[in-house]
Amino acid sequence: MLNNTVALLGGETPAVGDYESIQTVTVGAGGSATVSLTSIPSTYKHLQVRYLSRCDRNDVSDSLGLRFNSDSGTNYTRHILYGNNGTAAALANTGETLIRAGNQSALNAPANAFGAGVWDILDYTSTNKYKTVRVLCGMEDNQAAESEVRLSSGLWLNTAAITSITFLAQAGSANFVQYTQFALYGVK
Amino acid sequence: MAKTYEPIATTTLGSATTTYTFSSIPSTYTDLVVVANYGTTAAGNSIFFRMNGDTANNYSGTFLLGSGTTADSYRGSNEPSIRIFGSPIASGTPSTLIATGIVQIQNYSNTTTNKTVIARSGQGTGEVLAGVGLWRSTAAVNSITFYMAASSMLAGSTFTLYGIKAA
Repeated sequence: MLNNTVALLGGETPAVGDYESIQTVTVGAGGSATVSLTSIPSTYKHLQVRYLSRCDRNDVSDSLGLRFNSDSGTNYTRHILYGNNGTAAALANTGETLIRAGNQSALNAPANAFGAGVWDILDYTSTNKYKTVRVLCGMEDNQAAESEVRLSSGLWLNTAAITSITFLAQAGSANFVQYTQFALYGVK
Repeated sequence: MAKTYEPIATTTLGSATTTYTFSSIPSTYTDLVVVANYGTTAAGNSIFFRMNGDTANNYSGTFLLGSGTTADSYRGSNEPSIRIFGSPIASGTPSTLIATGIVQIQNYSNTTTNKTVIARSGQGTGEVLAGVGLWRSTAAVNSITFYMAASSMLAGSTFTLYGIKAA
């Protein structure tokens, strides 16, 4: 069955403004050690970040993490359920300096292979709760060793409203390469 | 303000079918999302995924699944498709639409990177699945195909394609 994708839906169209694009950063030719989404308005209920990413770490893949409000203290935790090459397992870390919940392709992955993921940041303006994120992400490169899919969660042990998000490679020692993209959306 | 998250097209299968294709996808969005509610005519069968009608061995995928009380992972390289949605039922004769699945295709219209997709699907008596797939092509995605190799998608299965526009 073949369907030409031309017919727009009628009654199920979300109301304009329920899910809005806030800002997008695409890394240029020189690469970048960090990508920051700043001056995030407080007018939404939740945030979502959709990414496509690759870094220049000397490996096939790398974790991808974030910090809120430029906090580089050991105020983050992560929990990851992952599948790779026949292994289903989980890991957790506390006292981290960023939430390393995502993943991405790195220098030794085949050319043009990028990791992808979606971060959901719930109730980001609350000043009464620590901030929890959840992530679905994956890096696939047609090789067994490093390809991995993750279902992750992370916690920032802080009740401040989130006003900025900074993405970093695993330890902040690698650069995101050209065409890496982070797109921030607000959900009302 | 312009819409950011728009429905592009939707279908409800009128009869059991092995293949459904969204074609002529406009390039005016940043990401694509497909939401499916599906069933299959035989137990233990998955739904597969291709882009731009490419049937060559240009796909790979890594998956995490739970089936019954077992968690497992598997992967495949150089395959003719990506296993995108898990089996909605483990045994017996399926007759209802009891599984849901969501596929995310980031930056689908760029002509520089290979295309990475991530997906989740699940149903209580079949399996829950999370996966990442790669299509080793830098072509812009203009069609996506869901198909089954061993059975068919049940009549009444729905597939809706959304486009997301970044700022």
